[in-house]
Amino acid sequence: MKSGPKFSAAVLWTLMILGFALVPVLMRSSYQLNLASHVLVWGLFAVAFNMLWGVTGMLSFGQALYYGLGAYFVGLMVEYLGSAWYLPAIGIGMLAVAATSFLLGLLVIRVGGVYFTMLTLAFGQLAWQITFKWYDFTGGDDGIQGIAAPGFLQNPIAYYYFLLVLVMLSIWILKRMAYSPFGLMLRCVRQNPERVRFLGRRVRRNQLRVYMVSSLFAALAGSLMAGIDNSIHTDMFFWTTSGEVILMSVLGGLNQFFGPFVGAAAIIIIEDIVGAWTEYWSLIIGSIIMSMVILFPKGLVGELHQLKLRMMPPKARRSE
Amino acid sequence: MNAILELESVHKSFGGLQVTQNVSFAVMPGEISAIIGPNGAGKTTLFNQITGHLLPNSGRILFQGHDVVGDSPQKIVAQGIGRAFQIASLFPDETVLDNVKVACLSRLDQTRRFWRPVQRFRRATERAHAILEDLGLEKQADRLAFELAHGDQKLLDIGIALVLEPQLLLLDEPTAGMSPEERQRTRELIKKLWKAYDLTLVFIEHDMDMVFGIAQKVRVLQQGALLAEGTPDEIRNNKEVVTAYLGEA
Repeated sequence: MKSGPKFSAAVLWTLMILGFALVPVLMRSSYQLNLASHVLVWGLFAVAFNMLWGVTGMLSFGQALYYGLGAYFVGLMVEYLGSAWYLPAIGIGMLAVAATSFLLGLLVIRVGGVYFTMLTLAFGQLAWQITFKWYDFTGGDDGIQGIAAPGFLQNPIAYYYFLLVLVMLSIWILKRMAYSPFGLMLRCVRQNPERVRFLGRRVRRNQLRVYMVSSLFAALAGSLMAGIDNSIHTDMFFWTTSGEVILMSVLGGLNQFFGPFVGAAAIIIIEDIVGAWTEYWSLIIGSIIMSMVILFPKGLVGELHQLKLRMMPPKARRSE
Repeated sequence: MNAILELESVHKSFGGLQVTQNVSFAVMPGEISAIIGPNGAGKTTLFNQITGHLLPNSGRILFQGHDVVGDSPQKIVAQGIGRAFQIASLFPDETVLDNVKVACLSRLDQTRRFWRPVQRFRRATERAHAILEDLGLEKQADRLAFELAHGDQKLLDIGIALVLEPQLLLLDEPTAGMSPEERQRTRELIKKLWKAYDLTLVFIEHDMDMVFGIAQKVRVLQQGALLAEGTPDEIRNNKEVVTAYLGEA
């Protein structure tokens, strides 16, 4: 992963933020606002997830655990304590997730490869099962409805901008991390852990750090989701939620920082368009992903990047 | 003068197979020496025991006077034993510069920094460029490591090891798989680095031009045991070595 020239990065950021900021102005129905909000939340979730998988090479199949925890902290605190607790609940949820991911991380990181994937899946499903069964406290399969954000955030447009600022800020923070020495270390851990040990650095400690970072932002995404539809559901803990971010990362491109974000947008928009005329939309999504993986293994952003490199004179490629 | 590395009756077996048999020798500081021997003689196995990748069954390995047997590879690296591998051990998807730079950042204990971009760490960047300059890889700094020619990958591997400022550097077949021209260049480069970095250098090699060209001392291993030890001339004229290994040469 290499960073492009500063200028084009600034242009891309501006275009992206401007594009999202204009949605409330240009939209023809509140539904489009809802769609854009979903893109932002899933985009953040997918980018945070890819810090684990694409950057560090740790394929977690259980990030739904933290996404769900973030959502349920907000849902439950608003339900039991009132909507004034909405914003504090986001922070408290993240603190709780920091602690949880630290403790679970100590455990799941000890096992590598496919065992890590299975163990994270198991913990995610455990959380789903508890939420599902504990009807009296969590509402079980009914989920939690009527989660109202406090004060002016009840206005959907105000909430959208609140969401936009937090998501962009988070993605910016993650991007800084990805290109810092810490991020370089993580990529090295993926490519050659043995050599990292030989540099006198600890592989597991770096894996634990990125596991916590990724989980923390997954929780933030989940808690922000609670305010969009004003309801949450046990599905947020379900393994398919973890699977969804994996698909988004693959579709967008694992080796590009913004790949998973673009992948999230693509999947949500395709779901929306295809879902409007057939109930078999998951079949279409499945076919699209299958052809992507076979024909364009680098993902949407990865292939575009490749195309750009191919069209550049060899000399300019060097600095790219 | 005290030895920088001293092996005392080091013994290692895998089941019934004796891979290191009662090996003892001492390496003096500043020395450049070679370990030779037929395939399967236990040369790499010996390196693995020195760097903590394998635990000897018995014997002592003293580095600067204290026993490193039982220490982890990380700890041994930190004490000043560097190593380049038989197959270059790199970060293939990173640039040549970043391969060295991550080592520099490790050395400066800056790998936990998570905010400023890598490019803005001046000391690490300057150091990395200086090392690439010494290796003659400066022109390739922005290429990805996996794109390098085989020989250059091995040089880069040595470069990463050099960043950690080892007092003792172990090179496992530095010219293996190289073309004759690459060998020539690598031979001269290693000699240059040995002087410039004040290293004690021990290398495993099959290329006899390299062994007899730059080593001050040669040790011959056969079936895990030290067959002979001496100056290149002594080894060349040693009857046992000639029959066992050098043969036709």
